Amino acid sequence: MSSHLNVVGQSVRRSDGIGHVTGRTQYSADRSFPGMLHLKMVRSPLHHALIKGIDLSDAERVPGFVRALTAKDVPHNRYTILSLIGVEPEEEFVLAEDRVRFKGEAIVAIVAETEAAAFEAVSKVHLDLEELPAVFDVEEALKPGAPIVTHWGNNTFMYEGHPCRRVRFGDVDKAFEQADYIVEGVYNTSPIEQAPMETTGCIAVPEANGRYIVYTNTQALYFSLDNTSIILQIPGNRLHFIGGTVGGGFGGKVDVIVEPIATLAAILTNRPVRFTYSRSEEMQVSSTRSAWRIYMKDGVMKDGRIVARKVTSYADSGAYSRQTPYALTKHAANAAGPYNIPNVSIDAYCVYTNRQPSSAMRGFGITMASFALEVQMDKIAERVGVDPWTIRFINAYRNGDMKPHRKLAEDATLIETMQAAATLVGHELPDEFKAMTSAPRDASHDGGRE
Amino acid sequence: MARLRGTGIAAVNYPTGMNLGGDPSQALIHATTSGSFVVSLSATDLGQGLRTAIGQIAAETLGVEYDQIVIDTADTDTGPHDMGTYASRATHRVGNAVIAAATEARGDLLNVAALELDAAVDDLELDGHGNVTVKGAPARTAKLADVAANAQFKYGRMIAGRGSFMKPKSPVDPETGAMDPDSTEAHACTVAEVEVDTETGEVAVLSIRSAYEVGRQVNPALVQGQIVGGAWMGMSHALYETTAPYYPAVDHSPKDFSEYLMPGTLEMPEIECVVLEVPSSNGPYGVKGIGEMTANSPIPAIINAIYHATGVRIDDLPVTPEKILLGLEAKHRGLS
Repeated sequence: MSSHLNVVGQSVRRSDGIGHVTGRTQYSADRSFPGMLHLKMVRSPLHHALIKGIDLSDAERVPGFVRALTAKDVPHNRYTILSLIGVEPEEEFVLAEDRVRFKGEAIVAIVAETEAAAFEAVSKVHLDLEELPAVFDVEEALKPGAPIVTHWGNNTFMYEGHPCRRVRFGDVDKAFEQADYIVEGVYNTSPIEQAPMETTGCIAVPEANGRYIVYTNTQALYFSLDNTSIILQIPGNRLHFIGGTVGGGFGGKVDVIVEPIATLAAILTNRPVRFTYSRSEEMQVSSTRSAWRIYMKDGVMKDGRIVARKVTSYADSGAYSRQTPYALTKHAANAAGPYNIPNVSIDAYCVYTNRQPSSAMRGFGITMASFALEVQMDKIAERVGVDPWTIRFINAYRNGDMKPHRKLAEDATLIETMQAAATLVGHELPDEFKAMTSAPRDASHDGGRE
Repeated sequence: MARLRGTGIAAVNYPTGMNLGGDPSQALIHATTSGSFVVSLSATDLGQGLRTAIGQIAAETLGVEYDQIVIDTADTDTGPHDMGTYASRATHRVGNAVIAAATEARGDLLNVAALELDAAVDDLELDGHGNVTVKGAPARTAKLADVAANAQFKYGRMIAGRGSFMKPKSPVDPETGAMDPDSTEAHACTVAEVEVDTETGEVAVLSIRSAYEVGRQVNPALVQGQIVGGAWMGMSHALYETTAPYYPAVDHSPKDFSEYLMPGTLEMPEIECVVLEVPSSNGPYGVKGIGEMTANSPIPAIINAIYHATGVRIDDLPVTPEKILLGLEAKHRGLS
């Protein structure tokens, strides 16, 4: 087929390359507009606290101060970005109301003539906070008596009545009884910053016709526009979102945090408003990759076949769920890995703590599953007494295998990919693995594993 | 004290796209007077080269030269709906939408060319280099630029196409987890070599060598960019990065790149790859998504290599020198 292709498959020069390497590519923050104001946030210094009072009087006297925005200024202040696709409940606040749930949570937006004036006014807002007990660990958060982060009484996202996303396939308990070996592991991963070169930001500009142009580096223009429309309770046709080249996303720019408040400030002041994260905000306030704790238990036969896998995973969502509930669903569909395992049980919990929220990042729910299960595969190989290549070839999935989430494997090429890697590094595989393919299992050839 | 070397492997699959509440991308294409084609989208380019790859897919389907394609994105006033650039979905979803739009526009183009060349549409072929020709009659040929201009000025026709692609919503069964969450699976197998300094606990990654199977490479240089960049990110996740160095403790959280550690160019190992192409059934020209997955297999490959080198198993990321030294000490005490 590729012989009939003209341009697909060719390394044509990227259309934006010259702009990138000569510094002429325009990013959203490169724009400036006459009369543009700057927005900076007053943020919670505590991990968990009740808001008893906000005193703006000193801030208002700072030269260049234009106005402050608090929760009561936001038309639909409590929101959930995934409500666009039916995810409930609405749980996060554009600006905190009576309680802050993580250190760095936004409480007051200050709009000023210059960045310096905005920073100075932010420093002069006086908060009266009453500190509450906080919880920072996924399993501590699930214990009875733990501080409750959410407004509904427990610290897990609820999946249609279950506190976790479940996968149930075969009978793991029976298979564990019949297994020759049980191999267990506990895997922990740190929260990680997406670390884009360009920090999250936007500029909202009022137009004479009553519309607002929002120049933004979001990864998802309509997603941001539709959420802004809901939060500000204005029709979508008054919003015009313009993106372009994003200076690195890696999942960090799909949360719709800066656009609604910047647009609201532009509406209320009738002037262009810029809201761009500093590097410390990007690292300490904007979403990270979740911290994960993954418990993995495998039942294995003497010949190396994995007959059962039980996974219990906890993703630390932080104070609000953002995209994390979907990461657990994706995790649950992939925690068995590219292997054919006939009995699988997965419980994947999205847990709320008083940490900085986590959300999407490259490999969403899967990167950390791949880490855990590929280290686990090496432990299994060692236990069985075979090398790391062998354990993977023995268990590799093939086209037509049923995955634990009851989707038939198609487009499987794990075996061919491992063969190519072995060739690349000069590792000599046994003939039986060289001859193996991902073609559907044939009972007459290899016994048609259950 | 010694420098210990080890090798580790890891093999992974990775899903392309997600379903969410139905996962659509849409595209519009129209021809200009000079015979170039404007592809209007609202998908964002994250620096990975989406505009370039989509331009190639549009050129391929239209049967015109890549230089004739103008990618107009991302503007919600002009670009039709797109869910966004994430989940390794963009080339797959947008590419399929662009193929649909380009197929319709190509039909318009050939209808006008048929008038120009006084031939049946079925007898025409595009050479991919700016010409349309009557099959078997190479002298009966027209330049696309002329066809496009005449469509406007002579025939009053619009050469245009619209395309939509959607992965339908697949609700998850809350009891069993039965679901159809993705469109296809790409694969990778990585072999990492490390050297561990038992005095300092530092890990030097000597090489990261991988095989990838990505369905179809639209642009091999861009695929290679993902693989090299992802290997760096995977190494960084395995050994360096954290916003909570002592999770669950909340102190020592970094504020900038002097506190948030990542490998620099001097730490980068040799990175080598081979790419296999086994076209998917539902991607544009068989594409699978490679955007996210390239950071995945390097992580466990490096961690397995550290165990191979030292006999110390560390199951907490990132594997810092501190953890290596504590692990070596515990192992030493256990043996003595």
